[in-house]
Amino acid sequence: MIKMKTRNVDVFYGENHAIKDVSIDILDKTVTAFIGPSGCGKSTFLRCLNRMNDTISICRITGELLMDDEDIYAKSVDPVQLRARVGMVFQKPNPFPKSIYDNVAYGPKIHGLVDNKSDLDEVVEKSLKRAAIWAEVKDRLNESGTSLSGGQQQRLCIARAIATAPEVLLMDEPASALDPIATAQIEELIDELRHRYSVVIVTHSMQQAARVSQKTAFFHMGDMVEYGDTTEIFTNPVDQRTQDYITGRFG
Amino acid sequence: MAAFVAVLITVIAAGFFFLSRRKAVLVSGGVLASLHSRPGYHGFYSFLWVTLFGAGALLVFTNLSLHPALALGVAAIAGIASSLNIRAETRARNKSEKIVTGILFACAGVAVLTTIGIVLSLVFETYNFFESIGWRVDKFLFGPRWSPLSGLQDGVIDPDRVGIMPLLLGTAMITGIAMLIATPIGLFAAIFLSEFASLRLRGWVKPMMEVLAGIPTVVYGFFAAITVAPFLRDTGGLFGVNVASESALAAGLVIGIMIIPSISSLADDVINSVPQSLRDGSYALGATKAETVRQVVLPAALPGIFSALLLGVSRAVGETMVVVMAAGQGANLTANPLEAVTTVTVQIVMLITGDTDASTAAGPAFSLAFTLFCLTLVLNILAMRFVRKYREVYE
Repeated sequence: MIKMKTRNVDVFYGENHAIKDVSIDILDKTVTAFIGPSGCGKSTFLRCLNRMNDTISICRITGELLMDDEDIYAKSVDPVQLRARVGMVFQKPNPFPKSIYDNVAYGPKIHGLVDNKSDLDEVVEKSLKRAAIWAEVKDRLNESGTSLSGGQQQRLCIARAIATAPEVLLMDEPASALDPIATAQIEELIDELRHRYSVVIVTHSMQQAARVSQKTAFFHMGDMVEYGDTTEIFTNPVDQRTQDYITGRFG
Repeated sequence: MAAFVAVLITVIAAGFFFLSRRKAVLVSGGVLASLHSRPGYHGFYSFLWVTLFGAGALLVFTNLSLHPALALGVAAIAGIASSLNIRAETRARNKSEKIVTGILFACAGVAVLTTIGIVLSLVFETYNFFESIGWRVDKFLFGPRWSPLSGLQDGVIDPDRVGIMPLLLGTAMITGIAMLIATPIGLFAAIFLSEFASLRLRGWVKPMMEVLAGIPTVVYGFFAAITVAPFLRDTGGLFGVNVASESALAAGLVIGIMIIPSISSLADDVINSVPQSLRDGSYALGATKAETVRQVVLPAALPGIFSALLLGVSRAVGETMVVVMAAGQGANLTANPLEAVTTVTVQIVMLITGDTDASTAAGPAFSLAFTLFCLTLVLNILAMRFVRKYREVYE
């Protein structure tokens, strides 16, 4: 089932044509990986999917971006509401300087998803469990989120994103600042998350893309060169540039 | 004369710089890499020797009433000695760096020694003063009457007339009024500038605020005395409220306006230093800008904002000119902001600039200064503890 659909999307940063005519179907309950060399536009494109680029004044986006067949750039759509449905996890863990509990409760509180304390407790616990960090923090929910280790912080940020009950989860190189053990935990978690959400992950590591994703899109110089099943892309790429990149000839 | 000698010493030092550098080149026999230190360091080392010995000798000779020109001889000898010592293996680089480190240390020492000196003189003078009032510190701290120099006989100060309660209350009241004005306006201005204003507007407003912070306080003082105080008195008159022509309210209002720029400028820097990634994290959860500012940015910036406010408090506590002009000099024990009050700093000014014998007036003045010093010290320590406890360290 198609969750998000883009048609002929172009993105400009001032004069710079950052994304050129990208059309892609992102499936529900699937992990989609965006790979490509640095500066190829994969992060820029990811940030179009929850309108995070709106905060950059020189950024201009044309084309069609649909979620459940609704235009997410329509005048009637409030980007603030959209971002509650399309969660995002960043490259560097960025927990708020609040308690672990308040970090997770932040989203549900501002969106009024719960109306009493016990429901909120439940949402927090459920989110932390789904982010596979509950066991480590259940006795220290009042400690500051910044006191956790890097890998724990990143899982806390994932729990925070899950707590607003999103339908799509965008991850911008979520493991690039983490050590191999924490990376493995995050990857395992991503595999779990795909049963409930549509996950889009930007990654520099081709092994990571191969391990966690079912669909892969290869970006190069603002073009989406190739998009297909991950196994196909990695074993039998159609385009020469894709083949060069995955065999390590550039990038 | 001494100044002329100082210039000459500098000239000699510069001469030895080139001389020693040249000599180092000659010593190397054309192979510069055979030197431990580059020729410039040999030159610099001689330069340091000449200036240090020359300046030292100049100081000593002028104090001993010897002819200052003798220092030139010392400087020249130091220069010759250092340049004779140049060999390929001389560690001129390490040595001159050591000397420079020493100079830096001495400069830092000046600040520390000055502070220690001031504190010590405050402590001793206060001790003497307390002795002269028979150690009635209780009357000094809690007495309701302050007129230390009235009815003075043979320079003996009456402990019943040196109660600083009215001064402390006056200081507290004016500071309180000033902070009531400056806290909300300063903070809101900072939030607007850092989170909501366009870059262009910010580029205009921020420098203007900094100019405002640079206006001498005496200007605010006569503004308070000539414009604000009469305006308050007349406005009060319209409503049948009796406002003194010099009032705590007038001084507090003007001090409040005066410290707005310092608070907002500092708070703006603090808010700006909250990492963008936190804001992005909040936006990505579907928070609006206002929610992000209120619930993420401000809590993260709180310790810094707190120190900005504290800076405002210490400026208000220490402010003198505005209070002298706008709040009066009479030591009234009152809680009514519409009456004239006085503050600790104003009374120090009155004591020192008055026509009483300096040795008599110094006692109460120094003990007031010491009290003020203790108050601000306690404030600063408390604030530092608070800031350290809640500070988040961002990479």
